[in-house]
Amino acid sequence: MNFRQFAFAAGCLAALSAPAYAETHITVLHVSDNAAQKAIWDQIAKDYNGEHKGVTVEFKYLENEAFKAKLPTMLQADESRPDLFYSWGGGVMQAQDKAGFLKDITKDVASWESDLSPTAVDAFKVDGKVVGVPFEVGEVVFYYNKKLFEKAGVKAEDIKSWDDLLAAVKTLKAAGITPFVVGAGDKWPMHFYYSYLVMRIGGEDALADAKAGKDGGFKNATFVEAGKRLHELAALEPFQPGYLSTSHAQSAGIFGDGKAAMDLMGQWLLGMQGPNATNGKGLAPEDIGILSFPVIEGGKGKATDTLGGINGWLVSKSAPPEAVDFLKFFSQEKYAKEAAAKAAYIPVVKGSESAFTDPLFKRLADDLSKTTYHQNYFDQDLGPSVGRVINDVSVAVAAGQTTPEAAAAAIQEAADQQ
Amino acid sequence: MAAATYAEAQPTATAYSEPARRMTLNSWAVVVVFLPPALLLFTVFVFLPIAEAGWYGFFNWNGYGRPEKFIGLKNYGYLFGNPTFTRSLINNGIIIVFSLLVQLPLALAVAVMIAGRLVGAVWFRMIFFLPYVLADVAAGLIWHFMFDGDYGLVGAVTTAFGAPPYFLLADKTWAFSAVLIVVLWKYFGFHMMLYIAGLQGIDPALLEAAEMDGASPFQRFWHITLPLLGPMIRLSVFFSVIGALQLFDIIVPLTGGGPFETTNTMVSFLYFFGLTRMRIGFSSAVGVVLFIICVTFAFGYQRIVMRDD
Repeated sequence: MNFRQFAFAAGCLAALSAPAYAETHITVLHVSDNAAQKAIWDQIAKDYNGEHKGVTVEFKYLENEAFKAKLPTMLQADESRPDLFYSWGGGVMQAQDKAGFLKDITKDVASWESDLSPTAVDAFKVDGKVVGVPFEVGEVVFYYNKKLFEKAGVKAEDIKSWDDLLAAVKTLKAAGITPFVVGAGDKWPMHFYYSYLVMRIGGEDALADAKAGKDGGFKNATFVEAGKRLHELAALEPFQPGYLSTSHAQSAGIFGDGKAAMDLMGQWLLGMQGPNATNGKGLAPEDIGILSFPVIEGGKGKATDTLGGINGWLVSKSAPPEAVDFLKFFSQEKYAKEAAAKAAYIPVVKGSESAFTDPLFKRLADDLSKTTYHQNYFDQDLGPSVGRVINDVSVAVAAGQTTPEAAAAAIQEAADQQ
Repeated sequence: MAAATYAEAQPTATAYSEPARRMTLNSWAVVVVFLPPALLLFTVFVFLPIAEAGWYGFFNWNGYGRPEKFIGLKNYGYLFGNPTFTRSLINNGIIIVFSLLVQLPLALAVAVMIAGRLVGAVWFRMIFFLPYVLADVAAGLIWHFMFDGDYGLVGAVTTAFGAPPYFLLADKTWAFSAVLIVVLWKYFGFHMMLYIAGLQGIDPALLEAAEMDGASPFQRFWHITLPLLGPMIRLSVFFSVIGALQLFDIIVPLTGGGPFETTNTMVSFLYFFGLTRMRIGFSSAVGVVLFIICVTFAFGYQRIVMRDD
């Protein structure tokens, strides 16, 4: 027997014996580059693999943009399709469901979905059927620099309404302090302003009504009014110089450097402001405060309505039953509490908020557990096509490049082209 | 066809026509054996993707599942009514004009200066060529920091003069000049190298002869160097135009197409308004337009300008 024959025989043997050791392999594709988050996930996978013989769960990472570009192709073929994959919910998830790539797991999660926040669970339903399981929620708030507020004589407790915010902007400007930092070069940071204004003016139904095409859809009074308010704010020149070319990462660094008083941003800013600051440390956590987006006089929205991401795992159509079983395992309170204790993320498992020790995260978790209406990011909710137009027009309206009416019409036009 | 049949029907009377016939058979064999793999690769990796893009261009499709919503020429309609796309086309035009009128003459001038056996010429060549070796994305990122009004080189200069900070990349009137600066800095070394190679191929005897005949340095350059460099110049114009049409990697990290979509090129438009918005049908339509422009230019230019090279 020469080497070739031997190799061939060995290959045949391996091929024959493979089914005997059949392993269920579950791939979980994600985009997180948060080390604390990944450490917990890997631990969960390890625990699960240890307890379940013959099942291997593996977390695989793809960079955010690469993930979004590759996923449509990966979902096409059985060989490349991940069993579970990261999702922001909203329009993309609906497109994936419509193309038949997602599994209906309504029955599988019925017994334990009540352990999770109902808003978050709803975010992963398409036409009433559950297609995924959420694991984290976020909240967009104004993070403020306590020292700069003190220097200018602005009291965060006094900022309750939109007019209070405008007054605070003027006071800060008068003290020579840049009121807001925004990474408008990346556009989406500016859409947080526009989104919150829509929510505060139009309340819970504003976005749903616009999507349904009521009163002219996105051209309705709420969206136009939100644009006007945004422009009113921007007319005070509250943003850092050159904000149109500032990237998101740069903006976090500017906040960390103490060069601007406020940043309307998601919870990840707390982890980003340090590494992006000039000295690599940024602001001390005790110097950072949290301020909810103010209410608008006469608006339908409440101060307790929250805007923020909801992330979860979608189950692809060819996933084995063990994949859903793993999600149940994943959603245990002990892991959620560990994530909370380490301030890795804000888990959606009920009761985990008590485990937070970090006061800033605790505040966010409290807000989210008491939320009167939680809205997913507009650009995720609406899907990439309309969502990115919202980002574009938010910047254009703020900078006075477009009128609020034209901006609203541009969103509707994108919605019509879908 | 008829002619071929007639030729074959002729008796092969003469002995010397025999090898010629065998040659034809051999070359047919070569074609049969070697053509299919090449044709297959070309079909799978070049022709099919192009044809597919052309097909997707007629659909409203987000990339998931199969394209089903046939919308005819609507994607092209959206495209030509879109001010951002028009702006991108104009930007591509500006880059081409700028490359031809500023970049290439500059590259030629520097090449003439350092092509000879000047002390340190090799070092100059290396320094000027270095930016070309750098990845486009890295170049874009580096310049994004350089142009920053707070922390960048521009910021340092304005501070030194006591001027208020200036943010070139946030200035919708001038941001595109930043793209031109980076294009010049990045690709001028490549064209310079082409010219140096061309200059080294020119027989020094010609220049010496002209010098003896009393030709001035300018006359020598104009009447000898330049015409002999012709093929190289035509080649570098070709690279320059095609490169300008396909410019993308620098734009994304440098300006992201902003502010207010004033710095997009056709390809960055395709990326920002097609792919990232999951409008695969629409991006395919953009791709088709870009393809037609490039192919028309490439074939037209090679037929007309590079005919003799």
